[in-house]
Amino acid sequence: MKPAAFDYVRAESVAHAAQILAGAGSDGKVIAGGQSLMPMMNFRLVKPSVLVDINAIAGLDHVELNGSRLRIGALVRHFMTACDPIIAQHAPIVTEAMKHVAHLTVRNRGTFCGSVCHADPAAEMPMMTVLLDGRIHAVSTRGMRIIPIGEFFAGSLVTSLEPDELVTTVDLATTGREMGYGFHEFARRHGDYALAAVAVLMRREAGKARDVRIAVMGVGEMPSRVPAAEEVIEGNELCDAAILRATESLRTAISPNSDLNASADYRRHLAGALAGRAIRDAWSRAREAVPA
Amino acid sequence: MTTVKREISVTVNGLRHSVSVEPRMLLSDMLRHELGLTGTHVGCEQGVCGACTILLNGRSARSCLTLAVQADGAEIETVEGQGTPEALGRVQQAFRDHHGLQCGFCTPGFIMTITDILRNHELSGDDEIREALSGNICRCTGYEHIVDAVRELVREKEARP
Repeated sequence: MKPAAFDYVRAESVAHAAQILAGAGSDGKVIAGGQSLMPMMNFRLVKPSVLVDINAIAGLDHVELNGSRLRIGALVRHFMTACDPIIAQHAPIVTEAMKHVAHLTVRNRGTFCGSVCHADPAAEMPMMTVLLDGRIHAVSTRGMRIIPIGEFFAGSLVTSLEPDELVTTVDLATTGREMGYGFHEFARRHGDYALAAVAVLMRREAGKARDVRIAVMGVGEMPSRVPAAEEVIEGNELCDAAILRATESLRTAISPNSDLNASADYRRHLAGALAGRAIRDAWSRAREAVPA
Repeated sequence: MTTVKREISVTVNGLRHSVSVEPRMLLSDMLRHELGLTGTHVGCEQGVCGACTILLNGRSARSCLTLAVQADGAEIETVEGQGTPEALGRVQQAFRDHHGLQCGFCTPGFIMTITDILRNHELSGDDEIREALSGNICRCTGYEHIVDAVRELVREKEARP
């Protein structure tokens, strides 16, 4: 339960970090909060040759509103995301989801961007990035590229990030005031990884649900949208029958795994139940857009 | 990859130390093996149990998920900074008054988490207290007496002008 030997560099700037990663071949690893990486290093599941610590880099601990996008820097920790007023105003579903993230001491260190890079299929930050059309800003000595979330996750704990790239920012779509939201999660113990969770966004237009988004986590290799369930709700007035049809199509669309915490059947049932609650919450919070 | 040691400077419970550590040395091991501060307990070494919780620059952190080199220049507080057997710290006294421990293995981690709670968080009801303590595992007490101790500390803090 001790990490294998490695070189350690405390990066002074993003450029410095990129330079060290470029020199590390494919064995470099970035550490921010370290709340997922350090356990893996203690188990020697991860054995980097060089560990690049970005905690001392100035300017990465901000949340900013840039037009219609929220920019979350690489050193924004979970406790900061959870109480950030810009996020609460422009993407309240993230604030809602953060209530389920880990425990107090882990929230002090863990970061939003780090969690997205870790790509745990049952973590809230990757799911929020999927739900809100996130983009990952990755810097290397070859320059900066912006990776749309659809091209980022490649499987459980696997992303398309190159080994020499450092994520400096994740940006997310904002949601307007009229956008209703719902987030429901079930974990065996509050703060533990979810057995399943469902997030829903929608607004109302002439009494019908519009711009419906439904995302799930914990029930597949990576968090994902569920277009089949979205289509059932989109353009319709919400009623019990529509919610039932949506939860049934969600259950059909997902393929959860069985593990020691829950069977696939149980997870499928749970995801449907959580989806029903999240859809109702989103509908009840949604407002009619005020005509200009 | 290197096992070459490097000098770091850390302030622990107000005392400055220069320590020579390998980059891979965990902060928990540095506190225990290099400084002899064995009050910080090592349970799971994967961030789950909370026994190794310390304060890093004023906020609680898992010392098993922190490298000693990362703490270079940092202010660290451990359970040894809370009080002495003759003059217990306030949180320690509350644990004693409410029978908040049995075997005591998890206690240093709880004490440090609660110190963070009292300094940096506004809690009111028992649900919030339990949620704030949920990252620390105790296999003896069933938590009831720990919650009693924290409730008293929270009330005491609220009563202060």
